[in-house]
Amino acid sequence: MNSFKSLRVRVAQGTQYITDLRKAVPTGLRGRPTISREPCAADCSACQAVCPTAAIRQDPVAIDLGRCVFCNACAEVCPSKKFDFTSEPRMSGREPGDLVVTEGAESAIRVRACATFARLFGRSLKMRQVSAGGCNACELELGAIANVNFDIQRFGIEWVASPRHADALVLTGPLTRAMQAAVRLAWDAMPEPRFLVAVGACAISGGLYDGAVGVDRGFLQEVGPTLYVPGCPPHPLTFINAILDLLGAG
Amino acid sequence: MTSSALSYCAPLGEVPLLEPTAWRAELLARLEQDFRLITLFGRRQQETVQVTAVLEDSQGGFRLSRTVFLADTGYHELTSTRPELHCFERELHEQTGLHIAGHPWLKPVRFEGKEQAVMNSYPFYQVEGKEVHEVAVGPIHAGVIEPGSFRFSCLGEQVHHLEIQLGYQHRGVERQLLQRDPRLLTPLVETISGDTSVGHAWAYCAAVESLAECETTLEADVGRALALELERVAMHLAGLSGLAADLGFLQGATTYGRLRTTAINTTMRLCGSRFGRGALRPGGVNLQLSPDLLKLVDANVALLRRDLVSVNELFLSARTVQHRLRGVGVLPNGRAKELGMVGLVGRASGIALDARRLVHTGAYQLLPIQPVVLVDGDCWSRAKVRVEELDASLSWISAVLAHHANWQQPRRPLQSLAPNHIAVSLVEGWRGEIVHCLETDGQGALSHYKVQDPSFRNWIGLALALRGNEISDFPICNKSFDLSYCGHDL
Repeated sequence: MNSFKSLRVRVAQGTQYITDLRKAVPTGLRGRPTISREPCAADCSACQAVCPTAAIRQDPVAIDLGRCVFCNACAEVCPSKKFDFTSEPRMSGREPGDLVVTEGAESAIRVRACATFARLFGRSLKMRQVSAGGCNACELELGAIANVNFDIQRFGIEWVASPRHADALVLTGPLTRAMQAAVRLAWDAMPEPRFLVAVGACAISGGLYDGAVGVDRGFLQEVGPTLYVPGCPPHPLTFINAILDLLGAG
Repeated sequence: MTSSALSYCAPLGEVPLLEPTAWRAELLARLEQDFRLITLFGRRQQETVQVTAVLEDSQGGFRLSRTVFLADTGYHELTSTRPELHCFERELHEQTGLHIAGHPWLKPVRFEGKEQAVMNSYPFYQVEGKEVHEVAVGPIHAGVIEPGSFRFSCLGEQVHHLEIQLGYQHRGVERQLLQRDPRLLTPLVETISGDTSVGHAWAYCAAVESLAECETTLEADVGRALALELERVAMHLAGLSGLAADLGFLQGATTYGRLRTTAINTTMRLCGSRFGRGALRPGGVNLQLSPDLLKLVDANVALLRRDLVSVNELFLSARTVQHRLRGVGVLPNGRAKELGMVGLVGRASGIALDARRLVHTGAYQLLPIQPVVLVDGDCWSRAKVRVEELDASLSWISAVLAHHANWQQPRRPLQSLAPNHIAVSLVEGWRGEIVHCLETDGQGALSHYKVQDPSFRNWIGLALALRGNEISDFPICNKSFDLSYCGHDL
């Protein structure tokens, strides 16, 4: 009896995986912004006033995606309609400076491939995720990269339970003071070669919690991330493409 | 006011300020009657602490009362008489330094501020005996989840006591909420507990709208309810997927998991984010609710309803699922009531509590939604409540879309907030009631912001439900409660 029920569910499931993760664009996503060259209204700094994370600079107008939470407030207030959040999910970088979108710049933000990383981890990459003040949105999206839709295991990339088995530490959250010791323990338990990935505005810059009373970013200042994946939270495709770019894969 | 959030707003002068003894007597008397405690919190003012209690009557009306204690003298604890107050009194002591005499367990709830120094040395309860052993788990867990520390005292495989220590996620949300223009806080509020972005955003919007005397439209209210029900659907699917994975029922895990993808992608089509970020703003919504997109929502909801029938039948009838969930992690009705359990955990233990049932205007008045209440209080009941609530929410969304094909309405501008006012709002998120309490100063700026996620009250339920179970049952018990770490730690 149950095998028939199981078959029925299997048939309804069909084929769920996204065939080309490198090209897929999620319809409706508020992803990578572009800023037009349209001149600003005189003495206008409305975008800076509404930005919750001080992510916007002027002259020229630029958004730091390492701080941006993609709330769309700047696009809503700008009288010159300079801001447009597109559905493009690819926007990570190897340096915080890579994450700045400047007005008029049309070129895509991509992670430069690294021959060493490709050689070391190109065929197998094990990652340990640690949340240190993450709100469970980044964590859910990182969990989703291993579901039937995104299926990152197809590239030999997997989450592991122990830092001893991990090549990469994937950090979310602004880094709470109470998690300092645990994060350091996890990092110290990882065998070399190893690297650190900062996921989400909180981990990259502190984001909405920059300067908050429970936050201490000492560990991040000491151990610099190799990869910065922006978003609030980043879409699974943002993360997957960042990793695959770094490894020069697919 | 057209709002499906329960709310209260009044000038500070109208909140009854009682003498400590009268306040205590009134609070205890009301709790004996038909009132229920919603929240209790304090605010330090030099050498005194002002304590506010918010009660709810059976019709969803709020009653506030206040008193002022000397911080050093304090008062005698209420927890022994009313165990549901335990977490509030612990938090009160931790946040304000108020002396609470005779409290059975004043352990800090999240080790904020100066308490953080003692986090690693604060003793856990110990069970004594030659054969007793302890298992320590966390703060980092095996999966891609948030951190928290669990200490099991076991005799063989049997857990005699579980102590849960949280606070690792403490960022300082409440302090952070006072830093900006109170009308621009949505992005921050959406990260209080990121899996409940819509629920917390709604509680915040309802409170600031009442402070700014901004009337929202029925259209906006329905849009909010639509986002909230989609969030409930998505997180119930995520919870069932996780539960199925934890008990090794992989087809359930993958199927509920891909259905969640459909639900969150639907939310993304309406607001640009899979978590409903940006969907709500004070004064209205930021949702695309055009007839074309609503047609797509309708089609996705139809797909979810159709495919859920077969996977629910498979999941609930499987012997392995029944064997692992029935009679495991029981929180009996009496104990759940005593501890003040809320939301789906409460409803799985026979507590018929659902704020959506109590609203007199707005979306849930237009189309009522019946609470799902079961009595056994085990992991099975908590899973079953979620299965049935999925069905109720999806039917509700279909009905709303059939009722009217276009819910698009522009947002209303928000004026400045009324000075010297207090506002309380309550929204039934997917875990349970979310309570926000805001207070303005003489200039209309926020002087206090109290946030309460349902997890704050429900964590103790998990600790006690595990007693007498095997340690290997912990993952499914934990997943069946599905509580928030950051929502608790703030």
